[in-house]
Parts: sequence; C-alpha cells; structure tokens
Amino acid sequence: MLAATLAPFVLAVFAPFVRRRVGDSAGWALAVLPAALFIYFAQFLGPVASGETFIFSTEWVPALGIALSFYVDGLSLLFALLITFIGTFIVLYAGAYLKGHADLGRFFMFVLMFMGSMLGLVLADNVVTLFVFWELTSITSFLLIGFNHDKARSRRAALQALVVTGGGGLALLAGLLLMAQVGGSMELSTLLADGDVLREHPWYLAILVLVLAGAFTKSAQVPFHFWLPNAMEAPTPVSAYLHSATMVKAGVYLLARMNPGLGGTDIWQIILMSFGGATLLTGAILALRNTDLKLMLAQTTVASLGLLVFLIGIGEPLAIQAAMAYLFAHSMFKGALFMVAGSIDHGTGTRDVRRLSGLGRVMPFTAAAAGLAALSMSGLPPFFGFIAKEWVYKGTLDGSLPLLLTAVAITGNALMFAVAFLVGFKPFFGKPGDTPHKPHEGSVGLWIGALTLAALSLIFGLFSGLAETFFIGPAAVAVAGVPMVVDLYLWGGFKAPVVASIITVALGAFFFWQGARLSAFLARVVDALWGPDKGYDQFMDGLIGLARAVTNLFQTGHLRRYMLFTFLTLAAVLVLPQVMLGNGFVVKAPPIDLLVWAIGLLAFVGALAIPFTRSRLAAIMLMGVLGLSVAFVFLLFGAPDLAFTQLMVETLSVVILALVLARLPVFGTDWRGYPRFVRDALIAGAIGIAMATLLVSITSVPLDLTLSEFFSARSYTEAYGRNIVNVILVDFRALDTLGEIAVVAVAGVAVLCLLAFRHIDHDSEDKPEASS
Amino acid sequence: MEIVLAILVGCLFAISAYLLLSSSLIRLILGVFVLGNATHLMIFVLGRLTRENPPLIEYGLKVAEPGIANPLPQALILTAIVISFSLFAFLLVLSYRAYQSLGTINTDEMRVAEPEPTGTLLRGRDV
Repeated sequence: MLAATLAPFVLAVFAPFVRRRVGDSAGWALAVLPAALFIYFAQFLGPVASGETFIFSTEWVPALGIALSFYVDGLSLLFALLITFIGTFIVLYAGAYLKGHADLGRFFMFVLMFMGSMLGLVLADNVVTLFVFWELTSITSFLLIGFNHDKARSRRAALQALVVTGGGGLALLAGLLLMAQVGGSMELSTLLADGDVLREHPWYLAILVLVLAGAFTKSAQVPFHFWLPNAMEAPTPVSAYLHSATMVKAGVYLLARMNPGLGGTDIWQIILMSFGGATLLTGAILALRNTDLKLMLAQTTVASLGLLVFLIGIGEPLAIQAAMAYLFAHSMFKGALFMVAGSIDHGTGTRDVRRLSGLGRVMPFTAAAAGLAALSMSGLPPFFGFIAKEWVYKGTLDGSLPLLLTAVAITGNALMFAVAFLVGFKPFFGKPGDTPHKPHEGSVGLWIGALTLAALSLIFGLFSGLAETFFIGPAAVAVAGVPMVVDLYLWGGFKAPVVASIITVALGAFFFWQGARLSAFLARVVDALWGPDKGYDQFMDGLIGLARAVTNLFQTGHLRRYMLFTFLTLAAVLVLPQVMLGNGFVVKAPPIDLLVWAIGLLAFVGALAIPFTRSRLAAIMLMGVLGLSVAFVFLLFGAPDLAFTQLMVETLSVVILALVLARLPVFGTDWRGYPRFVRDALIAGAIGIAMATLLVSITSVPLDLTLSEFFSARSYTEAYGRNIVNVILVDFRALDTLGEIAVVAVAGVAVLCLLAFRHIDHDSEDKPEASS
Repeated sequence: MEIVLAILVGCLFAISAYLLLSSSLIRLILGVFVLGNATHLMIFVLGRLTRENPPLIEYGLKVAEPGIANPLPQALILTAIVISFSLFAFLLVLSYRAYQSLGTINTDEMRVAEPEPTGTLLRGRDV
C-alpha cells in the first residue's frame, strides 16, 4: 500500500527523462503506472464489497504517534479507483493535448506527483499523514495551475488557489490535532469508531469549524468558490483531472470521512446544508452567466460540490447514498466534458460557446462523448446521472425541510441541465460556426478518455447493480458508519422523485431555450456586484500594505528609532512580568556603611553628569570617575583582580577617548527638546527601576553555590593554583579565555585596518551606491 | 548591602539607556561604556557580596577557608571587562573613521546603508 502511494512520486522523478527518451508518445508509456495501480486497487473490490476493511501501517515518528498508515474501506477505495482510472486517461490525454510542448515532461512530473498526493490523501488513516498529503495536493495543484508560468493570470490563479486551500489546510491541521487530542488516537479508523466522544466534547465546535474550514476551501464552497473558476488558467488536462474528479472532491471526501465522527449534530446539518445549498445555486447561476466552455464547466463543478456538501449535510441514509451516487456520476461525466472542452479548444482554437456550432460532422468521437456525458449530467434516463439525480431527490425529500431542500436541488439541477446542453450539444449541431482554426478531430488520446468515461455513464446506468454492489454500497456504508441497505434502480414507479425530475427537465429546457438572454442578463448583474474574487485582491493588497506600513514604521533607517524600539521592548519585557506576577522581594534595611554609600554616590553622580556635560574634557573625566568608583567597589568586596583590571582598562579607555575626542570637532549639547527628553527619560527610567527591582528580588533568594564550591575545592588540589579566579580563567575555563583573547586581537586588527587603510575610502566614494 | 549596589546598577542602566537613545554618535559610545560598567556590577551583585575577603587559598591549606568572596562571577566579569574594552575601543575608532568619511557624528544624517525612501522604489506595488 505504501509502495502504491509512493510509486507515482518515484515515477514523477523519471517522467522528464521518459519524455526525452520516448518523445511525444511518452503518455502511453507513463499511463501504464496508473493503469497498474487501478488493477491493484480493483483487487480490493470483492473483499470490501463483502464488508472487509484493511489497514496498512508503517512506522514514521513512533514517539509522536505518527505513522504512515493507510485505511481501505468503501469510501477510500471508491476514490482510489476514480483517481487511478481517470488518471490513466488524463496521462494519455495530456500526451496528446500538449503534444510538442517543450515542458511536457515537467507536466507529467507534476501530474504524477499530484496523483500520488491524492491517493495518499484518500487512503490516509493517520491524521498527520492525511494532512501531509492534503498539503501536497495543494502544492502540486499550485504547480499545475501555474504551468503556463509566463502568463500573469496563471500565476495569480495558482497563487490564489494555494493561498485559499493552503490557509484552509492550516485550519484543518489544527482541527485534526484537536481531534486526536480529544479522541486519544492519531488514527482516523479509531477516532471515528467512537464518534460520541468527539461530539460530546466541549471542543466539538472548534474542531468542527476548523475541519470545515479545510474542507470548504478545498472544495470551493461559498464564499471560497472563486478560486476554482480562476484555476481554469491551467491546461485542460489539469482541469479535467483536478477540478472535476479529484482535488476539489478532497473536501467532500473529508466531510464524508468525518461524518461518523463529527456528523449528525444540528450544527453540522445547518452549516453543511446552508453552505452547500448556497454553493449549488451560486455555481449554477454563474455557470449560465459564462460563455467559455471551461468556465461554464468549472462553475457547474462548484455547483455539484455544493450539492454534495448539501447531501452530506442532510445525513439521512438516502442522502448519503445520493451523495456517493452523484459523486460517482459526476466524476465520469464532468471528467469527460472537460476533456471534450479541451478537444474542442484544440480542434477549433476557441472555447466560446457562442461561436461554436456544427462540429458534429468533423469531430464525431468528441461529439459522441460530449452527447453521452451531457445526457448523464442533465440527469436523463437511462444514464447513471439519472439514478444519481433520483437519489438526490429521495434524499432531499427525506430531510427535515423536504419542500425547501427539494426546491433548492431542483433549481440547481435545472440550471445544470441547461449548461449540460449548452456544452454537450450546442457546439455540435447547426451550421458550422466561425472558428479561428478549421475544425478537425484530434488524435486517439484526445477522445479515448472522454468517450470511455461517457460510455461508462451509460453502462453503469443500465447495469446499476454493478455500481451498487462495488462502489456506491460500500462507500455509503463507510460514510454513514452503520450498515444500510443500498438498492439502486432506474425506474421505481411514478413517485415524488420522478415528478421532481420532470419539473427539473422542464425548467432546464426553459433555461436552455432562454440561455443566451439569461447569460447576458446575468453577466450584467454579476459583474456589477462585489465578489469574493475582488475581495481576495483587496485582502492581498491590504496584507502587502500592512507589511509595508509595519516595515516603514520599524525600518526607518534612523538608528535611534531602532534603539527606541529595542529599549521599549526591553522595558516591556522587564516591567510587565514583574507587575503581573509580582517580584516577591523583601527590602531589608541596608547596614550603614558610609564607605559603600559614598562610593556608590560618587559613581552615580559621575554617570548622571555624562548626559548633561557639554565639554569633552568633562566627559572624559566623568568617565574616569565612574570607572574608578566601580574599581573601588570591586576592591571593597573582595575582588582585587577585578579592581586591577578595571583600573588598567579605565586608564586605557580614557586615553583612547581623549585621543579620539580631540579629533572630533563638535561635542556640544545633547538636548533633544522636551517631548523627546520626556519620552527617552521615561523609557530609561522604566528600564533602570525594573533592573534594580529585578536585582533585589534575585538577591533576596538563596544562591546555588555548587559551581563556586567546585572551583574552590579543586583549585589547589587539581590545578595547583591558590588564586581561584585566576585558576578558573587559565585552567578550568581556559577556552573562554582563549576566545576573549581572540576578541581583543580581532578588535585590535580591526582598529588598525580602520586607521591604516583610510585612502581606500576615497576611491569607494566615487562608486555608485549599491541599491538595496 | 546588595540593595545599595542594586540601586546604583539601576541608575547606571537608566543613564546608559538614555545615552543610547541619543542621535549623537559620541553620546551613544559613552552609553555603551556606562552599560558595560552597569552590567559588570550587576553580575558582581548577583554573585552576592562579601567584604574584603578575596577568593584565595592561603599557604598551607589545600582548600579555601569558608567565607571567601564568590570566585565565579569574578572570573566572568574579568572576561567581560576585557571584551567590553575591546568593543569600546573599536567603536571609538569606527566613529572617528565614520566622521572622517561622512563628515558628521549625527546618526540621523548617516544614510549610506539605508537611504531615504525615494518614493517609487519602496512604495511601488511590485516591490
């Protein structure tokens, strides 16, 4: 199982070489892998249909409970079969569609990587594994949408898809980890077996919102539906694969997968039904508003995804069956129709439905595929789409508000009916239209996939028992989490669903008849409105604007502003914890020790005068006062070595300072004006007070003297030195001292360089400044 | 006794922070100097204070008598003093050279590395 999931990634690495070796027919060679994977997964059909499930687990990070574990049940198997089956034809189709394209090898690489990611996603049992593959599908889809990376629109669409689905992915990660925390396991099969633990936990709502954010962004639910039509910038094989059967269904898969654990509550039903219903209507209306074949199909995909979410939200057994049946039907007819749209584009040079007509005679195979798929999409008997639609109505009539739900479904389906006829029939009938190229049929690869998928729509409609036993039944049981009887049939007598279907067809025919007028009307209305696509731009502009504002605030190029922010932060870090947690110090009255007080006062006065002096001589002297006072403190408290060093260093410092100050012309006052003086003084005061209180509170608790005692005890016995400080420096911590000497040496060399090579400076002044 | 020096340390930190917020390069370097002394004193106080009893082992003994000053902070400060002196000397010479090259010791006027934003370059949409 692990090998099956990773195989596409391995082949992806070699795909460009295969392309280079085999040439344009590389598609036929590469399609062997998905075909083999399909056969491998098909072996599970029998056992899974009889109710078995399989778990394959490989250790990954056992310490964190993360495993590369895969779970095969009716739901994951249905997806795995769709991914590999459609994937096989997509690879063939891409080979024909992008024939002669310079980057075909790279395209194959991306598609295969995506296939592996998608397989991993639907098969994953461990939540972390699921998330990793989830993000991999986002990344590979970013690469695929942006395949034509020289076009700005492609780049924008790719980034948009990544931002939207990637953002949702982060929410999903949080939701999955919360679930694992609550349920006490990282494995979905364990977590979902006992859904009440999740549903009754106080974190349920948080988990639900986070998981839904992931699912809704991925499956393009309102208000995140805008990225999917934009993603039509991708080459058509990508749209046919990612945006019909696989990636956009990942969100639906997630909802279906989570249904036993998170589903069934009121809030779940309300959210899924309202968002799904809104998405269904939005997508269907926008589909009719467009005239580009691919955009129309993309919008109906949005609508179909909405319908699926809507059905999962209803949650009754019939609705679950309807969701699985519709998902199955949709993958076939939508995949076929996308490939048809690509073939038409390839054969005529346009995808504008208004310019296309009369292609039936020159493109017979494409026309046949289009017709069959469109009939299934419009839900006419005896196609599988009809069964799916019947079950949709059974499901909505079974829900809590049957009339409202059914009305929403009828409206959406009728609109999709009209679009199906516009896409599947309109281009092929009538007088030949005016197209950029002279229309011609494409090679086998261009129509074989579409025709196969479309024919399957018919075959599964006629032999619905096949679909029921092997696909819909096991999947519906997996989604519901409880056993149920599934019995799909074409004709069940003249009952309510059939009436609903008749209304749908009548309404759909009306929409089709009025198609052009409706489309123009909707175009005027929709384009005038604010949409989330514009909102996305505003959001991104706002984000960049905010980043720029923050950068301009902090990165002013003024050293003292950097200092200001540094010290503000320091003050906050020092003051806030002491204020909030208390610093717990006890003030003991210090003994009256005049010598210490006097020296302390001397140091204080010396330092305090430094900011106010205007004379460089005074500044030099004040520094000397401070340095000497500190040396005195060291001497008083038993640190003669420190005192000597301090004295020498002070002397040297004062000498150097005197030398440098003598060469600088101005010294002057440091008066900053009242506002700045007050501000700087406040910050400085806060730091000073916080430091003092911190120090007092630290010194009022006992000190751990272990290290000091260690050095005292071993200084003579092991290192044969009686001055413990010196022994520490040259023996116990000798490497530190070496580092210190190195610093002094480097500083000395740097000073020398600065003074010795001053002539270089004059040359560099003429050079243009490096722009940053 | 610690509290007296703690107050002194606080004052020195405040003074150095005020100096470091200046736009005059020389005041800034003086701030670094005061900051160094404040830090050394802080480490010294953190190791607790012992009057006039340096950490030495008297002749004839193998282990120091109890009551000596804490040797560890002294060793750390000794290293720190030397390093902060190196830094101080380097900064002084660097600012002297900066003055020679740029003709100013006001940090607000030193804009070679970060020039004033010139409108289009930094505020343009595509940057």
